Amino acid sequence: MSSGRDSGGGGGGNGGNGEGRRRVVVTGAAGRLGRLVVRRLHRDSRFMVTGLDRRPFVGRPKDIEHHEVDLRSKKARDIFRHGRVDALVHMGVMHRPRATSAEHYSWNIGGTDRLLEYCLQYRVPKVVVLSSANVYGPRPENAQFLTEEAPLLAAQAFPEMRDLVEIDHMASSFFWKARDVETVILRPVHILGGVHNAPSNYLRLPVIPTLLGFDPMVQVIHELDVAEAIVCALKPGGRGIFNVAGPGEVPLSVLVRELEKPTLRIPHPLAKPLWRAAWRLGMNSFPVDEFDFIRYVCMVDGSRAARELGFHPRHSLRETIRAVLDART
Amino acid sequence: MSATVGVGDWLRTRVDRFVDTRLGADYQVRSRALTVRQNEYGYDAFGFHRDWVKYAILVSRWLYRDYFRAEVRGIENVPADGRVLLVSNHSGQLPFDGLAIATALFLEAQPPRVIRSMVERFVPTVPFASYLFSRWGQITGTPENCRRLLREGEAILVFPEGARGISKPFSQRYQLQDFGAGFMRLALETDTPIVPVAVVGAEEQAPAINLKPIARLLGTPAFPIVPYPPFVPLVPLPVKYRIYFGPPMRFQGDADDDDEALDSHVRSVAHRIQTMIHVGLRERRRVFW
Repeated sequence: MSSGRDSGGGGGGNGGNGEGRRRVVVTGAAGRLGRLVVRRLHRDSRFMVTGLDRRPFVGRPKDIEHHEVDLRSKKARDIFRHGRVDALVHMGVMHRPRATSAEHYSWNIGGTDRLLEYCLQYRVPKVVVLSSANVYGPRPENAQFLTEEAPLLAAQAFPEMRDLVEIDHMASSFFWKARDVETVILRPVHILGGVHNAPSNYLRLPVIPTLLGFDPMVQVIHELDVAEAIVCALKPGGRGIFNVAGPGEVPLSVLVRELEKPTLRIPHPLAKPLWRAAWRLGMNSFPVDEFDFIRYVCMVDGSRAARELGFHPRHSLRETIRAVLDART
Repeated sequence: MSATVGVGDWLRTRVDRFVDTRLGADYQVRSRALTVRQNEYGYDAFGFHRDWVKYAILVSRWLYRDYFRAEVRGIENVPADGRVLLVSNHSGQLPFDGLAIATALFLEAQPPRVIRSMVERFVPTVPFASYLFSRWGQITGTPENCRRLLREGEAILVFPEGARGISKPFSQRYQLQDFGAGFMRLALETDTPIVPVAVVGAEEQAPAINLKPIARLLGTPAFPIVPYPPFVPLVPLPVKYRIYFGPPMRFQGDADDDDEALDSHVRSVAHRIQTMIHVGLRERRRVFW
């Protein structure tokens, strides 16, 4: 099933046979963000990348090893068993809005559980889990900037967010359980770019629906900055939970204006029923509960990541916002 | 869709032109003198934007100068920059006292200062108010927000009496209600000077009685009624405002102490404000002018 081979015999841009490089396994490698992360690590002479995903890696550089496997399968375990793995980057959170919650649960929770088990069993010294700042949940009583100690309340209002919150919890209990593994949990703010996540898709709509009378401050981060944050997290010594904030914060309306898109302002009592109807008819792909993200603030304090991981976003606010227009496939 | 955008832009331009003419050159000078920690789009981290202030000032300046004919004493006691907590009495059913203090700091202080006050936690759920308050520099009242702003050297207005103060009945005018200790913890923790503020006049703007059973029934903190139409205190009486700023007070101690340990500090602030209120009451001849 392996569609890739070890970067063999000194050829190609990756050079060498991987000696002296840290072998990093990346889950969700075939996704848009995954591919960015893989490419970023691949360019770095310190790393040797192994991709792990059920999907094929479109446009895979020849010398990147990629396995089309299910995280829960024996084949996935074999990757950890047979080769030395120096680090795991887990970003395999499936978020297909239309998939059933049972599929989500089995893939996300079951998959993460297995992965962490492999790491413990085969002594992987570094585990980086990509969570999200959304785990805190948008709430009217939120402090303007939540620190890593804030409770993860997203699942209360959004059943869809349960998996994400649970993965974050699993990773933090792994952090405490496996003290000799350096576990890093990254909680980035809304990732913008060519990625097909909810915020980028939302900003790519031809007409952007907002709620009349609401214009919360939002934080965004460029997809390449997220890849950079993952590289920072892979540095030896770093461990813990980190919010990953972008270059700044602006009202939602500024994002829309920067993209020069028309807005459709819907009175919020109407928004949910309308949206729910559209969802049933298959006219959109945003679960209705995500409306709270365009109503209340859910922003984080990223100073810990700056201080301890040395992460600083390189893209300006404007570049970050405009990144959703990048036509990439 | 583009039609609605067009209408919105047209309206905004017209309103802006009207507001700019009404506010005049003095406003422009003061607005430019404000210190704002803004990003490339002109917003600060809490959503404050210099250009949005004018809409509020247009209304609040009229209320301040023409309706309440506010008089200010001791505004030089407010430091020109750096963190400061303004602690004031709170009254009058609707928070016009807060508006007047903020307006005073914009119109009378040299240089003008933006005052951040804390809005109730339900405000972010109210359409329009949710973002307008934040554009005008108001923040959701959490200790984390205050701490962050004080560390950044901002001025925060606090009403330690909270809802107990603003909704107290007319019979208790100029009697300070219990002060919470939260502001003192913040001051100690961040080593922030406290400027005591007394607002005289606002306590008579809505001579209300509080119908407690109805409040309990509706689940609201109070249900005030006033003896003139529309019987709910929506429109304040045109009382004259007198605002007193006292010299800064500094405190030392452990911010994590029990409330009892902080109590003497808290009481000394309340006492100072009460004294300033008495001075103000003695100085004035009449309530309405």
